[in-house]
Order: sequence, then structure tokens, then C-alpha cells
Amino acid sequence: MAAETRPKRPFRWHIAVFLAPAVLVYTAIMILPLAGTLQLSLFRNIEQHQVFVGLANFRTLFGDPNWSVGFWNALRNNTWFFVIHMVVQNPIGVMLAALLSSPKLRFAAFYRTAIFVPTILSFVIVGFAWKLILSPLWGVAPHLMDLVGLKSLFTPWLGKEQYALTALSLISVWQFVGIPMMLIYAALLSIPEEVIEAAECDGITGMSQFWKIKLPLILPSIGIISILTFVGNFNAFDLIYTAQGALAGPNYSTDILGTFLYRAFFGFQLQTGDPNMGAAIATMMFLIILGGVCVYLFLVQTRLRRYQF
Amino acid sequence: MSTATRSLPRTIGAHAILLTYTAIALFPVILVIMNSFKSRAGIFSEPLTPPTPKTFDLIGYTTVIGQGDFIHYFQNSLVVTVASLFFVLLFGAMAAFALSEYRFRGNTLMGLYLALGIMIPIRLGTVAILQLMVASGLVNTLTALILVYTAQGLPLAVFILSEFMKQVSDDLKNAGRIDGLSEYTIFFRLVLPLVRPSMATVAVFTMIPIWNDLWFPLILAPSEETKTVTLGAQLFLGQFVTNWNAILAALSLAIMPVLTLYVIFSRQLIRGITSGAVK
Repeated sequence: MAAETRPKRPFRWHIAVFLAPAVLVYTAIMILPLAGTLQLSLFRNIEQHQVFVGLANFRTLFGDPNWSVGFWNALRNNTWFFVIHMVVQNPIGVMLAALLSSPKLRFAAFYRTAIFVPTILSFVIVGFAWKLILSPLWGVAPHLMDLVGLKSLFTPWLGKEQYALTALSLISVWQFVGIPMMLIYAALLSIPEEVIEAAECDGITGMSQFWKIKLPLILPSIGIISILTFVGNFNAFDLIYTAQGALAGPNYSTDILGTFLYRAFFGFQLQTGDPNMGAAIATMMFLIILGGVCVYLFLVQTRLRRYQF
Repeated sequence: MSTATRSLPRTIGAHAILLTYTAIALFPVILVIMNSFKSRAGIFSEPLTPPTPKTFDLIGYTTVIGQGDFIHYFQNSLVVTVASLFFVLLFGAMAAFALSEYRFRGNTLMGLYLALGIMIPIRLGTVAILQLMVASGLVNTLTALILVYTAQGLPLAVFILSEFMKQVSDDLKNAGRIDGLSEYTIFFRLVLPLVRPSMATVAVFTMIPIWNDLWFPLILAPSEETKTVTLGAQLFLGQFVTNWNAILAALSLAIMPVLTLYVIFSRQLIRGITSGAVK
């Protein structure tokens, strides 16, 4: 308060000094390249010169079948990738968190630590380890399925067009389920005792307590997890690249926007790299992610009721 | 009293589900590590049993250590991660202090500007980042990676740390001011030590994606000199597709350092997550 009533004071250099390094690095390495990429998507390399071509790259991306088929395929696959995460990863995460947060549960610290292990591993490890496990050569997966009498259902999932994308999405779910679990767990722990006690006095316990009392209170956290999942999924690349290579085989069935961008930018095998088309794809990804974030901020977040304790 | 009778089956049910999921989470990791200590025949004949004296073999490890320059890749990863972490924490804490401590015009705007990077991934700027690095001659240097990761880590660091810095008591800082301490001394001597626990949280959040990243090493620094362990493992695995001993040993070597660090710091990490910093 005192600071506001005081008359004009000299420029406070220390604020600038504190802010400068972060703002400089962030602007130079993140914001300017991002803007540069958006700008580059409006240019094309004609005879070694960058020439402004307006939206021509986007017209190529959507109009030329060589590009548009790949783009829509990648977008469709990416959407499916996201849907699997939303319907498998997040409910499992919520369920595990609900179980972990039950009072006086023994070994809770052990479960928490163990279930979070896959999240800290790199995609390279996860992709390869699962490739080996699902490989018909090694036979671990068919052997395990034999134990429960389901051996007939085994096929080399990663090698079949109709299954590969779902299999990879589930591998990614396996890796990242720890994140929703931890965030929901934190949200559940922050619900005050009194609320739970009041519910118990009214005879609401167990499952109905979870559905009627706790779930509405953790909805904001579920919203944040959804948007984090969205951004992470539409920006994914590493797992597909590690498990299926840049061609996202079999027959592009696991191609997502990240791998599509990589091939457009760097080229692969017969296709030559084209930074301008790469920039156009990155711009589309930027718009998709921005759209998702805006939907979340303006439509979802404002409607979620927040409770203050 | 009814809760007492009902809670036993429920507790058993909860443990059953959690144990099953723990098994699912750990099974691939254990499987890989276990089989990396076996001979080729052992890997294929009894993949699900721990190595016995009959199947025990270190051939995979000797191949890996003889072939790939893993120690060198490891050093690169370590240099990149530690340096990026240092800059993220230092610059992030400084900016967070400025935003949470002082009122000045554009404060909120600056906060929003820095928070933008939490939602928009830096990867989308790759095309221009590569051009920038080529223009400044930083391609195939670790400096390029350190710069990129510092920029990548800053937004979340500033966001989390400023939440925590708001909790540091004003009286303490004002007492320091009355004693004639400069703003810099207040930051480095009074505030930084108090927010050390939250720095640890930020450190873990920043470290994991940097150590595991494949995209930027692949694009900015793919040379033999600057390969990180993740990129090295990726190329190495591609090279030895048919040598199962070597693959399993390489995977284990990549898993074990991270796993060891995680087991040591997991308490800190989980406390950080659940303390409400990222809600």
C-alpha cells in the first residue's frame, strides 16, 4: 500500500535485471522462432530465394493430394491417439488416485512410486521395450496370454495396420498414467476433512461419496489434465519415431502430426525436405493446439465451478 | 460400525487393483533388466524367470561397452541436463521474484507472456530454431541444446516458483531492507534459501523431459561428438536389431541411472507434486 501512495520514484533497475535473462532467452529461443516459423510458412524457396507466396503453401497442403492425404491421415490418427488417452489414461488415473487417497491405506507410498516409474523413462526405452515384448519372435506376450487362455487372440499388433495405432496409444497410456494419477491424488488430498466428515454424517460413504462429493471437487483438476493431454498428444513424436520409424509404418497407419512434420521438414528416403512446407504443418499444429487451449480457457474453465475452502 | 465390517473387503479390493496395476507398470522394466543378464539361449527359452547360474551371461554388456561410446554420450547428457537445469532455476527464480515481489506496469502482461510457453510447445518453432542455430554456427554443439532446453523449461519454472515466492513473508524481506540489504542480497540470501524445496520440484519437472528428449538432439546435435544418451541409445538399438543381448543390455544401461535417481529422489518429487504447486 505504502508503495502506491508514494510519488514518482526512480526507475527500479533491479526489476529489469531480475527479468532480463529469462525474458531474453525465452524470447530469442522460443517466441521469435515460433513467430519465424509461422512467417516461414508464407514463403517458398524459388531459385534459392525466399519469396512471399501468401497462403500458397497451405493451398498445397490441403489441395495437392500428395500432401493432403498425408495430412488428413495424420490428423485423424492423432485424434484417435488423443481419444484413447482421454478414455483410457484419465479414468485409470482417477481410479488409481481415488484408491491411493483412501485413508490408512498401507503401502501407498510404494504403489505411488512404482506406478510413476514408466513416466520417468525415455520414449526410446519404452518404445523398444514394448516392441520386444510384443514381438512374436520373443514370445513373451503370447506366452502370457496363454496363461489366461487367450493365446488365440495374439497377433503382432505393431505390425498390423488396423491395430498398430491403438497399440501404440495404449503403450503411451501405460507410460503416462502416472501424471493424471499424481495430479488427481494431490487434488483429492486437498479436500478438507470437514467436507468428508459432513458427508459421512449424512450417511454418504464409499462409492457414492466419491461420485457425489469428491468428483465434483476435483473436476477443475480433470480439466487441466485434459488440456495437458491434448497439448502433449498433438505434439507427440518420439514414441512413434522410436517404435515405427519416421515412416510411421505399417503403411503410414501410425503417422501423427509430429512424424508428418518431421518427414516434411527433413525429407525421408525419396521425399526431399522442405522447410517451408514443414513450417506450414507446424503452423497448422500451432493453430490446432491454440484452438484446444482457447476452448479450454474460455468454454471449459469458466464453467467449472470452483469451491473455496 | 457398519464401516468396520464393510471396509475389509474394500481394502482387499483396493490392494488387489493397485497391486495389479503396479505389476503392469513394473513388468516391462523388470523383464528387460532381468533378461539383459542372460545368454541368448536363456533369453528365448525362459524369458520370464530370473537369470540362473545356467543362463547367466554378461555378453550383452560387453558388446555394448565395447561398441557404443556410451560413456561419452552419458557425459553429453549430463552436461546438457545440468547446465540447462542451472540456467532454468537461476533465471526462472530471478524472473519469478521480480513478478511476485514488485508491482510495476506490465507485471500481469509479463506473467502471461512468460506463461504462454507452458501451453505452446517449443517444438513447433523447430524450423526457425534450426535456421537460427545454423546462422550462429551452433549446430552440433551442446550449447545449442542448453539454450533450447533453458527456453523450454523457463515458463513452467517461473509459473511454479512465483506461486511459492508469494508465500515468503514480507516482514522478513522488509526487515532485510531496513537493515540496508540490497534487493539482490535479499533475493540471493533471504528468499532463495527459503524456496529451496520448490526449486527441487521444478528441478525434477525440468530434468525428466530434457534427459529423455529425442527431438532436439536428433535435429540440432546429431554428430558423434555431441550425441546424448537418448539419441545414442536410439541409433544403437537400430543398429543391433538382431542382437538381443546387446539391445537388452543397452536398454538396461539407459534405464538404470534414471531409475536409481528416481528411487533416491522419489519422496522429494512426490511431495513436490502433491504440495499443490501444479494444481
